[in-house]
Amino acid sequence: MTDPTRLHAHELAALLRAGDLSAHQATQAALDAARAGNRALNAWLTIDDARALAEADAADDRLAAARAAGPAALAALHPLLGVPIALKDLVSVKGGQCTAGSRILEGYLAPYDAHITERLRSVGAVIVGKTNMDEFAMGSSTEHSAYGPTANPWDLGRVPGGSSGGSAAAVAAFHVPLAIGTDTGGSIRQPAALTGVVGLKPTYGRVSRYGIVAFASSLDQIGPFARDARDAGALLHAVAGRDARDSTSAPIPVPDELLQLPVSDDQAAAGLRGKRLGLPREYFVAGMEPASEARIRAAVAALEAAGAIVEDVSLPHTDYGLATYYIVAPAEASANLARYDGIRYGPASRDGDVLANYLATRGRGFGAEVKRRIMLGTYALSAGYYDAFYVKAQKVRTLIKADFDAVWAAGFDAIVAPTSPGVAFPLGAKLDDPVAMYLNDACTLPVNMAGLPGVSIPCGLADGLPVGLQLIGAAWSEAPLLALARGYEALTADADWRALEPTDLAASLDPDAPTPAERAAAAAAAA
Amino acid sequence: MAVLTRDDVAHVAHLARLGLTDDELTRLEGQLNHILEQYAKLAELDTGAIAPTAQTIELENILRDDIVTPSLPVEAALANAAAREGDFIVVPAIIGGD
Repeated sequence: MTDPTRLHAHELAALLRAGDLSAHQATQAALDAARAGNRALNAWLTIDDARALAEADAADDRLAAARAAGPAALAALHPLLGVPIALKDLVSVKGGQCTAGSRILEGYLAPYDAHITERLRSVGAVIVGKTNMDEFAMGSSTEHSAYGPTANPWDLGRVPGGSSGGSAAAVAAFHVPLAIGTDTGGSIRQPAALTGVVGLKPTYGRVSRYGIVAFASSLDQIGPFARDARDAGALLHAVAGRDARDSTSAPIPVPDELLQLPVSDDQAAAGLRGKRLGLPREYFVAGMEPASEARIRAAVAALEAAGAIVEDVSLPHTDYGLATYYIVAPAEASANLARYDGIRYGPASRDGDVLANYLATRGRGFGAEVKRRIMLGTYALSAGYYDAFYVKAQKVRTLIKADFDAVWAAGFDAIVAPTSPGVAFPLGAKLDDPVAMYLNDACTLPVNMAGLPGVSIPCGLADGLPVGLQLIGAAWSEAPLLALARGYEALTADADWRALEPTDLAASLDPDAPTPAERAAAAAAAA
Repeated sequence: MAVLTRDDVAHVAHLARLGLTDDELTRLEGQLNHILEQYAKLAELDTGAIAPTAQTIELENILRDDIVTPSLPVEAALANAAAREGDFIVVPAIIGGD
């Protein structure tokens, strides 16, 4: 019997439909893997056995009924029925915790399901638990979680990226084939690149943010982590679509093409022929690691050899993205996080008067990075600075978006670029310098500023660590974008690096392994 | 671009209702100024004629009918509150008077 945890979601779905494997078995395997790896990885904040197995049993009932009803009924089943999935711990699941990686939401139990949770329930996916993240999604390494860092299954002494590091690690370490993350400046794509999995940020407005803890409301998007492009398309299809409760969710139909990515490698690779891909020179940022750059250029060469037409393009305002993002995002966050005052939810200080209580509740409940960003945002929006900072940043945002619009107007099908300037870095390596940490998102955050879809796909290893290739598309082009990704997967199907499992996967199962927090402390002490 | 003094940092922290320790104030003063230095780059761009982008979705005036629809039940809405009394959340008094 194949180890169910190694299966891609679409492979699992086929076995479930045939009755060769039950959702209960697949879910139990996921629960066991998650628990066995959690001391060393700390990917999960909640693993909910009872709920998951109940959902799995319900899925098994639906599968059995469909098998009894015949092939047409089986074919009509959603591809995610019975498939185990992880949710980043800022997605509301009714009755469950939703910490957003923060102490200020410790003990809070969500009184309602997020829109995407409702969608996942209705298609019959099995929610195994909630994953670790940088606090309030602010970070690029998952080191800013109030619940300890998450480790990278490729090297337990290194970060998985962030802020969705727990979801990325859970997929990379074969706990679950699918996970949900959020991406505001790169928080799906960058950890996907650092852990060697697929991570997609959809167009802003594609997926409802109702029930998702808000960081920056004009930038946040929800998206899938998966082992391949087909699986990512299926998960996006399940959760996307207009929701009246999120007024920024777009009335754009969810394309069924997301479920129709080419099955055969030949067909997928043929889809690359004649595609015009722009290679933005500004994305090969100063300080990019040479081994990562070499992998990206090799991937581009492979696309060209397959018949894609790759041309240099310029996105001239790329360099201004960091400053712009680190004004807009903290400004929006300072407003969104004003609600955490200990009155309606969360641990609260209640010893003093109202002001003293707010100062103590928020002072103690928020971590250092969150405080930094609230301060930046408050300052940028304050009287006397609003025009110089916030409005200025919004104007530069217009220029950044216009850079991309010019590329689409010139007839390009997609932009191909690095996802991250380097591979996974050691725990603690970038904690002392916030700006060094922010630079991890230089190639991802312009895509959020422009509201466009972007996907990171594995393209090999540099010094034994995963490198991600980023594909960026015009608004609403997730289906053709994933088709390109699928094409690249087909080209590299036999690459030796595809057969490799994360180097520290076996080590992650050691019940006596140090936790990532212990590793980080040891590294800091040794420094 | 402006340089933050320690007093500025304390003032912004107060605006944001963040209670900071002296150590935090010191550390933040350095870190915030370092981050602010990055913003200086934006002055290189002439944006006088550029309209600001608040959001990329280009939707406007999303309305719904003004009718009452079911919402969270009171019990669910109050379940996470630190202190409640009946259908109310108890908060410290903000209006003086004995």
